[in-house]
Amino acid sequence: MLVEVLRLAAQVILRNPMRSFLTVLGIVIGVAAVIAMLTVGKGSTQQVKSDVAKLGNNLLILRPGQGGGPGATAGSAPSLSARDVAAITEQVPSVEIAAPLSSSSMTVVYGNQNHHTTITGTDNRYLQAADWQIAEGRDFYDGELRAGSAVCIIGATVRSQLFGAADPIGATIRFKQVACKVIGLLAAKGASSFGSDQDELVLMPLKAFQRRIAGNQNISTIFISIRDGASTDTAKADIERLMRERRHIGPGEDDDFSVFDLKQIASMLTGISTVLTGLLSAVAAVSLLVGGIGIMNIMLVSVTERTREIGIRLAIGATEGQVLVQFLVEAVVLSLAGGLIGIVVGLALGLTGARVLHVPISPDPLVVLMAFGFSAAVGVVFGYFPARRAARLDPIEALRHQ
Amino acid sequence: MTGGAEPLIALAGVGKSYGSGEAEVQALADISLAIRAGEFVAIMGPSGSGKSTAMNILGCLDVPSRGSYRYAGVEVGDLDRDQRALLRRNCLGFVFQGYNLLPRTTALENVELPLVYRGVPRAERRRLAFEALARVGLEGRVDHDPSELSGGQQQRVAIARAIVGQPDVILADEPTGNLDSARSHEIMQLMSTLNRDAGITVLMVTHEPDMAAYAGRLVHFLDGRIAADGSGAPHAG
Repeated sequence: MLVEVLRLAAQVILRNPMRSFLTVLGIVIGVAAVIAMLTVGKGSTQQVKSDVAKLGNNLLILRPGQGGGPGATAGSAPSLSARDVAAITEQVPSVEIAAPLSSSSMTVVYGNQNHHTTITGTDNRYLQAADWQIAEGRDFYDGELRAGSAVCIIGATVRSQLFGAADPIGATIRFKQVACKVIGLLAAKGASSFGSDQDELVLMPLKAFQRRIAGNQNISTIFISIRDGASTDTAKADIERLMRERRHIGPGEDDDFSVFDLKQIASMLTGISTVLTGLLSAVAAVSLLVGGIGIMNIMLVSVTERTREIGIRLAIGATEGQVLVQFLVEAVVLSLAGGLIGIVVGLALGLTGARVLHVPISPDPLVVLMAFGFSAAVGVVFGYFPARRAARLDPIEALRHQ
Repeated sequence: MTGGAEPLIALAGVGKSYGSGEAEVQALADISLAIRAGEFVAIMGPSGSGKSTAMNILGCLDVPSRGSYRYAGVEVGDLDRDQRALLRRNCLGFVFQGYNLLPRTTALENVELPLVYRGVPRAERRRLAFEALARVGLEGRVDHDPSELSGGQQQRVAIARAIVGQPDVILADEPTGNLDSARSHEIMQLMSTLNRDAGITVLMVTHEPDMAAYAGRLVHFLDGRIAADGSGAPHAG
């Protein structure tokens, strides 16, 4: 009997394919939107999470000036110096590594290729604290660091942009009149939770950067890793106290520097990403509701159009339940078909979106299953009223219809 | 299933009213009628005489307001909607003036329909539907839609649908109302044959004395009452 009913439902739906498609369009859009949102949202949440995990050690970033998150400018606040780095390393016991950084963005040239990127002056301590692995070549020699030699270690993106597949080690790249020998290639890290490409960098000895590029002794950022087991919050407070003292900031005066806890920012981003995904999905779910109402509308029209058919079926012995099931199955088949199309479209959109936004692709089978179940439920809920109306028709009236 | 003593169909004091209070309209007043299995009964009467109401009650599509309708000893007024649907499904066959076939559905599928609701397996259903269509002389038209069939052929499909479940009774409401005289006589001959050879009881509403002449018994309705009940003309066949 169920096979019969399914066959009949398919027949009725395919008899008027255009109308059937328009009927389920709401469901298609709703399901596609939810799936796409959740696929991209879950991917980006996952990425933030894996970034947090990748950060490894507890990391703090010290910058001059007050400002929001990463990328805030130093403004007029006095710069940091090598002495600050030394003081932090020596006087805050929970600090494992403090690495000085100073960067500037400029165009790097190799042969006839050029590429705009960030040049950062630092030393091997940064590689250690930020957990950079050397994929090829080596890190800086002490002599190179002391002398400020023109050598550099490049990120994976810079390598692919300038060298393609060719071996970069030993090549000489140029930026701002500096000819710099490539001694190492960093292992790729991918995009960060802040959306930037972490592999977009060239590292050189801090001294070389200060002398040949910046023309001063300034340090723009101190990158700090905290010892295992030590409290990041305590370390942050200790560093803040030390810096206030060193920068002669009196009680009641505002800091003219900032210490960021990367993990805190990252987990905040995870939260935002989750909330956003939820909100967008809720909006998308509303269109599922609208889609359901569309199905109900067309089913009611269909019941009216087929009143005579229903009368015939009742007269020759269909029970109320059989007519109810027939129309209910029709509504469910419609909404399930819409749901399936929506799942396919949503996954396609989600995967495309994930690729464009550079977040990992992670279709969730549970979400797909839920979308499937939800569209079936929409069919049952919104098909019930029209189906009941059909089943309760008076056969005599129905046969007289038209 | 019917004893010799009890008629297949027994109406006793059956009345039917629509509306209530001042607006009450009495469609049937105190009808008593007994029909034995195997009879061929023609019901005649002018419009509004109550014959359609009576047919609806006899066909278990409607229930009496008053009185008793016993079908094969079962009090139909006590049955609920679904039980009456089961009675129609298993014991009755309907033939309508307007054929009432499902559009865009082949003759074979139309004839199969009552068996679908009985839960007969598909292969068996096909076979029985094909047999029924053969009995009405349409074995060559099984795959045609109603729109591809003439009026007479459509009514034959409807008769095949009515007999496919081997009913006790066929209720025909002006089965020849939309057909020309030659087609009408073909349909009536078919009904007579089914009545005579298969022993199916036939209740038929008609306006045409020519068609009523095929029946063995003639019941005349007038103003919601039975005005005359007697034997009709001898069988034409």
